[in-house]
Amino acid sequence: MSTVAQLDEAETAAVKAVVRLESVSKEYPGGVVALRGVSLEIGYGELVAIVGPSGSGKSTMLNLIGTLDRPSKGSVHIDGRDVAKLTDRQLSALRAFRIGFVFQQFHLASGVSARDNVSDGLLYSGVSLSERRERAEAALNRVGLGHRLHHFPNELSGGERQRVAIARAVIGDPTLLLADEPTGNLDSVAGAGVMELLRELHAGRTTVLIITHDREVAAELPRQVVMRDGQVAT
Amino acid sequence: MTATLTPARMRSSDVLRVGGTGLRTRPMRAFLSALGIAIGIAAMVAVVGLSSSSQDTLNRQLAALGTNLLTVTPGRTVSGTTATLPKESERMISRISPVQKAAAVGTVADAKVYRSDKIPEEQSGGISVRAAKLNLLDTITAKVSNGTWFNGATQQYPATVLGATAADRLGIGAAGPDVQVYLGGQWFTVIGILDKVTLAPELDTSALIGWTAAEHYLLFDSLPTIIYTRSDEAYVNEVQGVLAATANPESPGEVDVSKPSDALTAQAATSQAFTNLLLGLGAVALLVGGVGVANTMIISVLERRAEIGLRRSLGATRGQIRLQFLAESLLLSALGGIGGAFLGILVTSIYATIRGWSTVVPAWATYGGFAATLAIGAIAGLYPAIRASRLAPTEALSAN
Repeated sequence: MSTVAQLDEAETAAVKAVVRLESVSKEYPGGVVALRGVSLEIGYGELVAIVGPSGSGKSTMLNLIGTLDRPSKGSVHIDGRDVAKLTDRQLSALRAFRIGFVFQQFHLASGVSARDNVSDGLLYSGVSLSERRERAEAALNRVGLGHRLHHFPNELSGGERQRVAIARAVIGDPTLLLADEPTGNLDSVAGAGVMELLRELHAGRTTVLIITHDREVAAELPRQVVMRDGQVAT
Repeated sequence: MTATLTPARMRSSDVLRVGGTGLRTRPMRAFLSALGIAIGIAAMVAVVGLSSSSQDTLNRQLAALGTNLLTVTPGRTVSGTTATLPKESERMISRISPVQKAAAVGTVADAKVYRSDKIPEEQSGGISVRAAKLNLLDTITAKVSNGTWFNGATQQYPATVLGATAADRLGIGAAGPDVQVYLGGQWFTVIGILDKVTLAPELDTSALIGWTAAEHYLLFDSLPTIIYTRSDEAYVNEVQGVLAATANPESPGEVDVSKPSDALTAQAATSQAFTNLLLGLGAVALLVGGVGVANTMIISVLERRAEIGLRRSLGATRGQIRLQFLAESLLLSALGGIGGAFLGILVTSIYATIRGWSTVVPAWATYGGFAATLAIGAIAGLYPAIRASRLAPTEALSAN
């Protein structure tokens, strides 16, 4: 039972933190428990690695933080909002305006130029096509691909593709950038380049959350959250 | 920070762009499933177009020929022999007040026509020799394709005007003072050749000669065998009712009265029934095309789960995903519909041109067909679109 005083306290804490998980559990149909009572707080402007072996529940955590899924138990606050109280439409708006995603498989549309792939990052934000393209060019410049605007994904290297995906994630200036194994499909040189870029974005005040199984990658980041068997191991 | 979270509305140009993604990335599949719709629409438009083109031609023909032509022919007597019309029947008929014109034709029994006197008697070519009154041409609105019709003088002399088929069979292409045929044992000069007479096809296989000439040169009994009449359009039925009694007051039962335009009208009605059948077949083709589109859309949704997941992560609402796939289905069908309507009009105009008809494709067929494709696209796309929108974003993202 929570009192009014406790609620106020929770609200203030939620505003301070861009991500706030409170004894969050996730159980999938069939009885698989992916997360067991995880509590975690990530402040605005932090650069955090969530690290752990496969099956440790880190991908489930990304889905919950990215509001792509809802917890079975516990509460998730993103950017000060209780996910449980938001409708599917509101969650979509939250993702459109506040959260950027970077995936291990890039998820770029083939046969579509780098610029148009990036401009799709604003497709659901009500921005006109010409402005989307303009901002896409700026975003591609920001990730060092200003010379690759009209290339198709299959004409780009793996590292360049991931940079395009990152440009798409940051084109809307999200509060929170979630990267799921961003270097997982890249060789070490390209991977280092992508990590460098993510650090630069963080320096530009974006909260960056990187999920990785690679302890070396995680060790370079200011804060690590280690996951094991669905729990935070600290 | 804003207090409420509201998803942005997608601009319609963006809906169109996103809906076209699937068509751009898989053009061959899009083409084939649009083709299914196109064939259905083309079939329906062509069926309607061909039917209305032929109908239009028939109507024009009817309007040109008139529906007020009635013919009187001798029927059968009570004992079963062929009856005759009285000599004065033509004059009697022309006294009926709504009758504007009446012209008689009398078959000259036993007279035959040959190209020359060297041709064996039995090779008569099935051409009848008929005596014609001067006003016949005017009454049946026939046209002389070559030469002239009889006048007061030529109708007394051994001169003949040939029906179109008769001229063909005799091998005569043009009339002239030196063109002669051997008719009833004498030489007759061919002064004219008639066009085909739609309402009186019996004249096509006739060699017509002047009434007076028939009486003078051949053993013509002066009895009319067909009387053509034109009446006031408003009283055609009334005239039809009294024609038999007027032609032969003593035995009206031995007179046949017919309306040649009825055959054309009946032809129009039959073609309408046939059109409805074909239209049904076209609708079936369209339905099959619609099933093809639904199938394509379902496969498309299955294949593009990762894309759906990505779009959800970019902030697309369920409604926007639904809209995307519905738009894709509608675009696919609309492409098929436009292509099909174009194809149908093309087929109609080619066929109509070959048949010498005027091309008439009613606007309702084109627009109706297009509306039908949109309806089919919406129905075919609805289920796949709903499936796509119900896909959980996490499930969609992990599909790849």
